[in-house]
Amino acid sequence: MQYSAFSLLKNALTGHRYWKPAWREAQPRDRYDVVIVGGGGHGLATAYYLAKNHGITNVAVVEKGYIGSGNVGRNTTIVRSNYLLPGNVPFYEWSMKLWEGLERDINYNAMVSQRGVLNLCHSDAQRDAFARRGNAMRLHGVDSELLEKEQVRKIAPYLNFDDARFPIQGGLLQPRGGTVRHDAVAWGYARAGDRRGVDIIQNCEVTGFRIDNGKILGVETSRGFIGASKVGMAVAGNASRVAGMAGMRLPIESHVLQAFVSEGIKPLIDTVITFGAGHFYISQSDKGGLVFGGDIDGYNSYAQRGNLPTVEDVCEGGMALMPMIGRVRMLRQWGGIMDMSMDGSPIIDRTPVDGLYLNAGWCYGGFKATPASGWCFAHLIARDEPHAVAAAYRLDRFATGHVIDEKGQGAQPNLH
Amino acid sequence: MTPLPQSRRLASGGLIDRSRTLSFQFDGKPMTGHPGDTLASALIANGTILAGRSFKYHRPRGILTAGSEEPNALVELRSGARREPNTKATTVELFDGLVARSQNRWPSLGFDVMSVNSLLSPIFVAGFYYKTFMWPAAFWEKLYEPLIRRAAGLGRASREPDPDSYEKAFAFCDVLVIGGGPTGLMAALSAARAGAHVILCDEDFSFGGRLLSEQFVIDGQSGADWKAAAVFELEQNPAVTLMRRTTVFGGYDQSTYGALERVGDHLPVPLPHMPRQRLWKIVAKRAVLAAGAVERQIVFGGNDRPGVMMASALRSYVNRFAAAPAQRLGLFTNNDDGWKTVADCIRAGIKVEAVIDPRPAIPEAFRQLAIQAGARLFEGGLVQDAHGTARGLQSIDVMTSTGRTESVAVDGLAVSGGWNPAVALTCHLGARPVWRDDISAFVAGDTPPGLVVAGAATGAFDLRSCLADGVRLGAEAAQAAGFTAVAPTVPAASEETLGLMPLWKVTGARTKAFVDFQNDVTAKDIVIAEREGFRSVEHLKRYTTLGMATDQGKTANVNGLAIMAALTGRSIPETGTTTFRPPYTPVAIGAFAGHHRGKHFRPTRLTPSHAWAAEQGAQFVEAGQWLRAQWFPKPGETDWLTSVNREVIAVRGAVGVCDVSTLGKIDIQGADAGTLLDRVYINGFSALPVGKVRYGAMLREDGIVMDDGTTARLAQDRYVMSTTTANAAKVMQHLEFCHQVLWPELDVQMVSVTEQWAQFSIAGPRARDTIQKLIDPMADVSNMALPYMGVTTITVCGGIPGRLFRISFSGELAYELAVPARYGDGVIRAIMSAGAEYGIVAYGTEALGVMRIEKGHPAGNELNGTATARDLGLGKLMSQKKDFIGRVMAERSGLTNPDRPSLAGFVPVNRADRLRAGAHFLGLGAHPSASNDQGYMTSVAFSPSLSHWVGLGLIKNGPNRHGERVRAYDPVRRGDIEVEICSPVFIDPEGGRLRV
Repeated sequence: MQYSAFSLLKNALTGHRYWKPAWREAQPRDRYDVVIVGGGGHGLATAYYLAKNHGITNVAVVEKGYIGSGNVGRNTTIVRSNYLLPGNVPFYEWSMKLWEGLERDINYNAMVSQRGVLNLCHSDAQRDAFARRGNAMRLHGVDSELLEKEQVRKIAPYLNFDDARFPIQGGLLQPRGGTVRHDAVAWGYARAGDRRGVDIIQNCEVTGFRIDNGKILGVETSRGFIGASKVGMAVAGNASRVAGMAGMRLPIESHVLQAFVSEGIKPLIDTVITFGAGHFYISQSDKGGLVFGGDIDGYNSYAQRGNLPTVEDVCEGGMALMPMIGRVRMLRQWGGIMDMSMDGSPIIDRTPVDGLYLNAGWCYGGFKATPASGWCFAHLIARDEPHAVAAAYRLDRFATGHVIDEKGQGAQPNLH
Repeated sequence: MTPLPQSRRLASGGLIDRSRTLSFQFDGKPMTGHPGDTLASALIANGTILAGRSFKYHRPRGILTAGSEEPNALVELRSGARREPNTKATTVELFDGLVARSQNRWPSLGFDVMSVNSLLSPIFVAGFYYKTFMWPAAFWEKLYEPLIRRAAGLGRASREPDPDSYEKAFAFCDVLVIGGGPTGLMAALSAARAGAHVILCDEDFSFGGRLLSEQFVIDGQSGADWKAAAVFELEQNPAVTLMRRTTVFGGYDQSTYGALERVGDHLPVPLPHMPRQRLWKIVAKRAVLAAGAVERQIVFGGNDRPGVMMASALRSYVNRFAAAPAQRLGLFTNNDDGWKTVADCIRAGIKVEAVIDPRPAIPEAFRQLAIQAGARLFEGGLVQDAHGTARGLQSIDVMTSTGRTESVAVDGLAVSGGWNPAVALTCHLGARPVWRDDISAFVAGDTPPGLVVAGAATGAFDLRSCLADGVRLGAEAAQAAGFTAVAPTVPAASEETLGLMPLWKVTGARTKAFVDFQNDVTAKDIVIAEREGFRSVEHLKRYTTLGMATDQGKTANVNGLAIMAALTGRSIPETGTTTFRPPYTPVAIGAFAGHHRGKHFRPTRLTPSHAWAAEQGAQFVEAGQWLRAQWFPKPGETDWLTSVNREVIAVRGAVGVCDVSTLGKIDIQGADAGTLLDRVYINGFSALPVGKVRYGAMLREDGIVMDDGTTARLAQDRYVMSTTTANAAKVMQHLEFCHQVLWPELDVQMVSVTEQWAQFSIAGPRARDTIQKLIDPMADVSNMALPYMGVTTITVCGGIPGRLFRISFSGELAYELAVPARYGDGVIRAIMSAGAEYGIVAYGTEALGVMRIEKGHPAGNELNGTATARDLGLGKLMSQKKDFIGRVMAERSGLTNPDRPSLAGFVPVNRADRLRAGAHFLGLGAHPSASNDQGYMTSVAFSPSLSHWVGLGLIKNGPNRHGERVRAYDPVRRGDIEVEICSPVFIDPEGGRLRV
């Protein structure tokens, strides 16, 4: 059923009795052309674009829990393409373009809100680095504006301009950046994929890969073997574990990243703001909650929870930046498991196993990448060659030194 | 306006102090209450029924509960900078002068225009927004979203900085008892009598829990009296810490519990030097969770109407606060516990009009009680709908056991749907609760290490079991913490029964039946969610927003789950479990931040010459945590560039001094010190003669430059390394890692001495003359005795021990003089006097930066974590004779490609043009595009020596392109100029000045 104001009205008149499930509760079949492991944003988007762009509809997405149970529903909902390096900018900008047309494409309102993403700088060196980044974005056709302090004050007069330990000097604004209702992305892609024939199989955990002579034959699951000509892994924080079942050791560590939401309050913050002298980013959801986050906890973990030192560090950043939020209460904290790569950039590539493909290493930037990740992973799986905007995301780049290290932190994943 | 009398205050009873009267205001209306009241109880005592408006439909809402599970009665407390949105009136301790305002309504609470949303409710069902607002795209940000945002949210946050302060504290104990009700008090007594150090926390301002609200008898005393005796005993025990107004909000790893103490929230404003709140991190050997249970709703039509209240809350208001929420009450209970309400109402003189108990047969005693109360009894009956307005409840429709519907006029309805044990803390480390059919509730599943659950939180709801649990688990916890416990005898208390018949939702309701009050999730929304496939508990929650409000669904979640189970034909445990994330109740962001805000966000490190520099009127700049003098303006200098130019010219022409103490200094000693340095630096250090200094660069394991600096050899087995200011800690960490993890066999020790030494760079042609005047006689600092890159130990100013390094960052004849930090202030003054006759100036980080750019030294902007040694022109330093960290990885093809951007100098073709760091290089005439991007400018400075701007940058194949012209393209600052590539060394390329 097509969603629209009209269909909503029509269903309202009939007591909403005729809505259909957003996606079928599919049972696993014996065999598919493609099996995607992981029913998160990236996996669901991949299945959708396999069907839409490549006409491959005999596809299953297998998910060990419920779809969207991982990082697509555990992030701070920010989308942006304000990247620096040539390997990254075209990819994230393609993602941004897909966000801009997503809702009409998948007929699901994910509340893509281009309210702007403002990164603050607090030193001359940081301003220079922002200029370099802003210019790099412009060279790639991406919108960016370098703001002086007074321009920042106009956008966010409530920031600490008076007694800041690290005074705000200016900022880099990407007006097209913003937020997206995260769960809706998973549900929207699931529904759109389902409408094109994709089977979404929940509560189906992959327990192994069947590989013969270096070629993938399918996946062993908690609900039996599912045959497949091609298998794509898109399991984020579990990438190392899942790839391990195929005998691979990935250049990835899993870390916990916490995020926080406050009680709902009337509109207070109209844009996405990031602090440059600490790790803190914030926006306000349409429901009114302040959604914010900061650093990963710093230790390797598969537990979807974090600890107080990071909570305190994040809130210290928040109070240093916007002292008006002191009396606003944090309502919930949660943790997601981040697949931190060795250079802070992702991997979308073939693997040594024929027919097995890898999508991983998103660090904590995976949400904004969802559409392009799905688009490019689908392209790779369908055509067995990388999509142009994701060509740099090779698994062997660590061996060749073609790393994509935005922050210049080197092979220390907990610093990316 | 004079406040009206407290019309609903009972004539006697209650745990309030009637001898004192407190004035407060709600929505501008003056009212009074007493110490011991909460805002909610005072509102009830003043006859206020309507307390808030709901989130989506703006339905009028009354006070539902008497605790932190309150979904409805949320107010904006206080005003101005102290305004606190969404404050639960049920948890606010009344104070004199309290000002509260209702929220999420316009123009007033009684008449809210936004309640028109209720009329649109057929459209505004669960998830409606996912299905519309998609066309046209631009309307989302411009029209739909602003409307939604304005309608949503609840209270208004202050837009001013929070004026109050917050503290953080640690506590350690043998036994932490969470919850000070009968179970918790008993557990604390039991553990404390064994000698354990006990911390007892309760979120309330008074210990006692349900003892305060029920007519219990323990050991022949009233519950309140027994509590008073228990608290007295605990207070007398020095090993016990009692923490009232303290919510343990989260359980974390390593038996750490987060707790929030509301230190000053019960005062109009905190007293001087009193924090508003204190964040505790409590590390407990053992913990007893005695958080009680939360009474749950029954879902029926109009169950959200003002006047509908949880039965236990009604008893709290009547018994503890002596306030009557109703005068003609209905009671709807599916369990024995709810029946306590009848007896309490009789005692308080509240007329019970009807008792509706869906159970087909109830104990005879209850029938008698109903008769005694003069109440109509509907055995096997159901409340289908409650009717009322914003002013209160009018009637309820009762479906009798025979299927008739009868209307009963009431002005209040007490509801009890059973109890949900408060097990949130057991879930914070990832465990899930498990379902118990006999009490129709979730109890703790796996518990975190060291934590046990006791009393009502385990589903043992009767007082006798609670006390017994407390005795036993308190003693066991003390034993587990290493004490010998003698379990006290369990006090005598009456046994109670629950007799619950599960009832989640009444069928046949004609009006809206709410599951989650605050977020306006109705039973019908759950039906829609199920229909659309959102059947997993997490999907249900996220799709309908069930349980996502400020009360975290404490009264709602299990009902929602049960309704979903019924819809899908599965059992409740098959449908899923609810889980909880911290915090148990919301915690102010300010409390997590503590005093780390404003200037105290991070420590401020001051250089040894800071006080002197401040006297000189220096402009300071943040360099990481350091404050450094940026330049020293002289009278008449109006812009920074004038000052900086003067400083540079003075250094290059005479002499200047700069505090360089912020550079990292690491003292490295031991027989293998040289070996360690050989392995971490790309160039060799073990062969460096004693008394010599060498420049070194070190790589990360991945072959990228990590840091650079000079290292001096003071003795055969002793070096002192200097690092950049920014990387001081990182390099120290790296060296420690190398020693402890990679090569523990090396005989080497190291310590950071950055803060132990004041270090001054004295640079310029007259530097030696200046030094000469400072050092004590006998020392020879001639060019012969102390040549370039030499180091010597000296004394200055009459015996102050020091080190003198002949090194230069500026490119001039220069020394760095290091003295113990405590002499720094005196020595800077001595240097200035010594150099006065040569025209010495103090110079800051700007002039330092100008001179290093003029000399082409890479610094922070070039050492950006992506440049190799070759990129920075340091390739020739990379030793071929030894191994060093990063050597292998630096040879990867991606890092040896000659097309990599590498260091070069840049000058504007039109010498009047200003250069900008961050500009990208494009070929002349090339279209601005990523494919034509050749690199970027890293550092720029106006060179007073050359009278034009000079820059450093990384450009493809830079060293081989000197003389070529390119564009410096800087669209974010509207810059686009032509520049010429040149050598990065602009001044004295042969280095003659260094060696004079």
